[in-house]
Amino acid sequence: MTIFTCILLGFLVVCAIAASLSKKLLNTILIFMSYSLIMSIIWVLLESPDLAITEAAVGAGVTTVLFLVTLKKINAIIKTESSQEENANEQENT
Amino acid sequence: MSRKIPEEKYQKTFSCQFRRWLEGAKDPFAGEVEMQKQAAFAESQEARERREQDEKLLNTKVYDLENNFEVRIFRRFYKVFSVLFCIFLVAMLLVAVSDLPVFGHAENPVNNEVAERYIEKGLEETGAVNIVTGMILDYRAFDTLGESHVLFIATCTVLILLRRDGEKEQALDEDNDRIHEPKDDVILQTAARILVPPIFLFGIYIILAGHLGPGGGFSGGAVIGAGLILYLNAFGFARTERFFTARTYRRMSFCALACYSLAKSYSFYTGANHIESVIPLGTPGAILSSGLILVLNICVGVVVAGTMYTFYVMFRKGGY
Repeated sequence: MTIFTCILLGFLVVCAIAASLSKKLLNTILIFMSYSLIMSIIWVLLESPDLAITEAAVGAGVTTVLFLVTLKKINAIIKTESSQEENANEQENT
Repeated sequence: MSRKIPEEKYQKTFSCQFRRWLEGAKDPFAGEVEMQKQAAFAESQEARERREQDEKLLNTKVYDLENNFEVRIFRRFYKVFSVLFCIFLVAMLLVAVSDLPVFGHAENPVNNEVAERYIEKGLEETGAVNIVTGMILDYRAFDTLGESHVLFIATCTVLILLRRDGEKEQALDEDNDRIHEPKDDVILQTAARILVPPIFLFGIYIILAGHLGPGGGFSGGAVIGAGLILYLNAFGFARTERFFTARTYRRMSFCALACYSLAKSYSFYTGANHIESVIPLGTPGAILSSGLILVLNICVGVVVAGTMYTFYVMFRKGGY
């Protein structure tokens, strides 16, 4: 096993732990994406380029995008203008 | 002979802008890019008081913690036990991994007569230079047929769960969807204009050269689907719906799955009855070779690309 592979595997472990410990959902998704990218490089080193392409396209691309859309739908990324207005109204009422 | 250009035109030239940027002029995009920080979670005073009161009620009235000895013991045990169980699980998995055979060793149980046959006769029997593609689309094509159907069923499930019925609701969703999107974002559109054609070309290349090198229907389809999603994000639904709607998707995946099933039933029929297949295997390494594998790759790629795009659209606004 070369040093390069060891470094990549170390990054993999760090990413896995960081993804579960991160407080913000957006950061978690980005860390998860980097996990997939590192994994695809490891697939290339393990001589399975087929899997590497799929991992990069599905794991790092499509899954991340779907997660981001879901985050946007549950208003976890930005506080929407309408909800800010609602909050302002509530504060005025109270 | 030099030519004078008007002052306004000179201000817009690339070299002038570049020089101004070098000299430290104001960044034209500063303060104009739509980006907001995630708001900190703020709990109102009233809600916190109510929550604390609820907790207190639960502990005193329902569990009666002061007199109920068992609940207290159970709670402590629960905490200790969950940590112990996690450590036990990690230890078990590590022991199992250390017992695995060495990676790539010749004596491993995976290196049996099946793998030997694939490697020795694979090129001759399937005509595919890429042995992996030869395996999944020829020897084990029935599995891949099932996988394509699983993808299709997954899309159907997403459709059932997320589809919005009624034009009124859909129109409302569409309005909500575009509120927080950067409309006609220059950076995104320019990047998409440059990136999308190479992404599509790369995806098509992966699909078509699946039997010659690494790649195949699934990965190529995923790449094309990602390209479609990028195009949709840059230019909006109005542009994509000119060529890709739910009806297009239905027809595309139906044709692809039917084509796959027909092609594979033909080879199952001839194989089971020991009839020579009419489709020639061709010379290995040529683009038109290896029998039906190219057709099957294209079918799988079409299904996967459509599925990825449909997933995204369903998550965004529940119908198109």
